Order: sequence, then structure tokens, then C-alpha cells
Amino acid sequence: MSRFEVVRTGASAPDSQPATQRTVSHRTEPANPSAKALQEKFSSAVKRVEVIWGETVVYVDPAAVKQMMGWLHDDPSQRYDFLSDLTAVEYRDAEVPIEVVWHLRSLPYRRFLRIKAQIQKGQPLEIDSVYDIYRSADWLERECYDMFGIRFRGHPDLRRLLMWESYKEGFPLRKDFPLRGRFSRSEQLRQALAQNPEARYSMEELTIADAFAELPTDMRDRLSKGERTGE
Amino acid sequence: MGLTTPAEHRTVSYIPESQEGWAATRLDFLVNWARANSLWPMPFGTACCAIEFMATAASDFDLARFGMERMSFSPRQADVLICAGRVPFKLAPIIRRIWQQMPQPKWCISMGACASTGGMFDNYAVVQGIDTIIPVDVYVPGCPPRPEGLIYGIRMLQEKVKNERAADKGTRDEMEPDPSSQLYIPPSVIDELGEPFGNSVNQTRSAP
Repeated sequence: MSRFEVVRTGASAPDSQPATQRTVSHRTEPANPSAKALQEKFSSAVKRVEVIWGETVVYVDPAAVKQMMGWLHDDPSQRYDFLSDLTAVEYRDAEVPIEVVWHLRSLPYRRFLRIKAQIQKGQPLEIDSVYDIYRSADWLERECYDMFGIRFRGHPDLRRLLMWESYKEGFPLRKDFPLRGRFSRSEQLRQALAQNPEARYSMEELTIADAFAELPTDMRDRLSKGERTGE
Repeated sequence: MGLTTPAEHRTVSYIPESQEGWAATRLDFLVNWARANSLWPMPFGTACCAIEFMATAASDFDLARFGMERMSFSPRQADVLICAGRVPFKLAPIIRRIWQQMPQPKWCISMGACASTGGMFDNYAVVQGIDTIIPVDVYVPGCPPRPEGLIYGIRMLQEKVKNERAADKGTRDEMEPDPSSQLYIPPSVIDELGEPFGNSVNQTRSAP
């Protein structure tokens, strides 16, 4: 069976089971059909398409990223329902732009798509957040902001994730960041110890009752019918 | 030829008033014996050293032989803080808080290269040795140390506990560096001195 096909299970499952492809060539694998669909839908915003080791990379215009992701998520012929990773790449060459990378996966179509947007040097490091489309982008975008300093427009709570919130030394994964940080060891330790661990993280436990308003509707329905949660 | 012992080394002198009596030394012996054989560890496992620590506590190496089978996951009932693994700067206030929450008498074992010196993680995110944050009694080398190594460190800590004296008031004092002292070197100078070698060989131990 082809690598891109709707997988049917249960009674409608085909006789042949899907199998992992054994031999993958470097450049000559067929592209993910979503790339062609993207080119037809957003003709000018798609810069180029590459296929590397069977994985399709689509270089897109940073301004169109959010619109594109929304379409990939919602369109019934695409249904990319899973944002598995979001990160950025900075190259050692100072002329090469910083890339923001999204890894999308379509579970019903068994497709994988990598989308890259290049932020040119000299431009502000800003790009649209996809938090409205994928809730999993929340921490991924926070981590990306923490490590690279890329601001995601529209993210509701863009704080540092890995480093502490008052970290002043910069963005550690940028190429101009020294390995040992910018401050001396004693200054780093002094600032780290000045943190109050309880400032942001409460020692009180969050109960289901406290978070009831934020639960998904189906879970609220089940809980309101008296279903026990195992607490 | 220097083979004969100097005369001053052949005599033992002591001041009778400064010595504790029979009752005090026997009481010390009893208390230390009890403490050394019932050290309750507070495991602070952050990395692969914690796996070796689990192996030490499991039946093959059986930490219970040394009275340590009771892992105290609350610092308030713990005697020994065993820091197993690297400590990032973000955890620095937390491990210090845990240390402050432990009641006296308390001891600390720094397990492994990362906890002792930062190890290979000489970078922006990792504390270069937990002795820049809290006092450490025993350093266990290794990456990670084998359970035998940790047990050797624990036995050394037990020896240390057995040699403590209740009359020695200074043992449990937490000393703050005194800037008026002649020996005091400010943290900035220590950083300058250690700057080119600020790694696991020559560390900048200049915590405030």
C-alpha cells in the first residue's frame, strides 16, 4: 500500500497490514501530498519543498504560518491533528537565517510534515503563535522563546520555561551565547539562590474541583453525573 | 637519617581540664553509635547517580545493613542528604531549602562527579559543585559511582559520625564567611583567580 493513505481499522480494515518501509532513499522519495496541496492553496507563501529521507520539508513565508497551520489542522483532506514538536535552528553561519520548525503529524492519514519558516537576519525575532490551533504549542513555544528569544505573537503566557523567570543572561541556545553563560559563577549562583521557589508554584495541591471550569466538556459531563475520578 | 622519631613526638601531653570525663565520652560513644547506625537518608536524585543509589538500596547491596533502609522523602525526618546527580541552577534554591528544613544533626553526601564538581557539565545551567550551596561531609567520586563506592562513602560518614563529640560546640554551627577576617577573599576575586580554569579541575567556589 502507498505510504499516504487513510488507515482503516476494524471491519473496514484492508487485508494487508501497514508495514514499516525498509529502504528509504535520500532524495528521491515521493513528497507528502500535503505539500502539493499547500502549494495549490497558498501558492506564493510556499517557498520550496524538499524531501529528505522520505520526510517532506516545506519552507513557508513566516507571515502565512498561522493561516497555513489552521488550514492543515481543519481541512478534512489534511487533518494534521498533532503538533509533535516546535523548535528553532540557528546556524553557525551568520548570514543564514534562523529557522522555526514545526513537526506536524496527521494521525488519520499517517502523514508527517515538517514546516520551516525562515526569519531573516535583521528582522525582529517574532512569529505568530499557533497556540489557538494546537494547545500543545503552549510549552513548546515557551521553551523556544526561552532558548532562542523568538517571540510568539498571540501566545497567552510567554514566559521562560526551562530557565528561571528572572534569568538575565540571554538566550542560551543562540550562537552568540557563551557556553558558561555571561556572568561569573558567583553571580550566577547568587541570582539563582535569590529565587523564591514558591513565588510561582504553589505548595497547595490542585484538586479536580478547583479546575472544574477548565476541564473539557466531556469530562465535566461525566463528573457532573457523579463519576468518581479515583482521587 | 630522620628515621628516629623526634623527641616531641614521643611524648603525649594533654590538659586535664580540657578533657571530657568518662561519663561524657561513654555517652558520646553511645549517642554516636546510635546515630551512625540509624542514618536516615533523604535522597535528592536528579540524574543517573540516583539509579545507582536505587541499586545500593535494593537487595543486592542492601543499604539496610547500615541502618539506612528507611528512605526519608520528607526532609524533616532525615539525617543525611544524599545528592545524587547534577544540580542545575534552577534547583539551587530548592536543595538549599531542603537542607534548611532538615533538623540537626544533619550530614550531606555528594554522590558522583556532577554533584561534587559539576562534572562534565561545565556550562551555563549547572551548579559547579553543591558545596557552593550547602556544606558537604563526604564526596563520592565516580560517574556514576558503583554501589560499592557509595557504601564506602557511607561507611566513611559513619566513621565521621562516630568521632563526633557533644562537647565540641563548633561541630553543628553553620559558619558564615566573615568579611573582616584576614583570610576572607571576596567572591569576585575568587572568580578572577579561577577564571581561565573555571572547570572541574579548578573550580570557582565563591558562593555568597
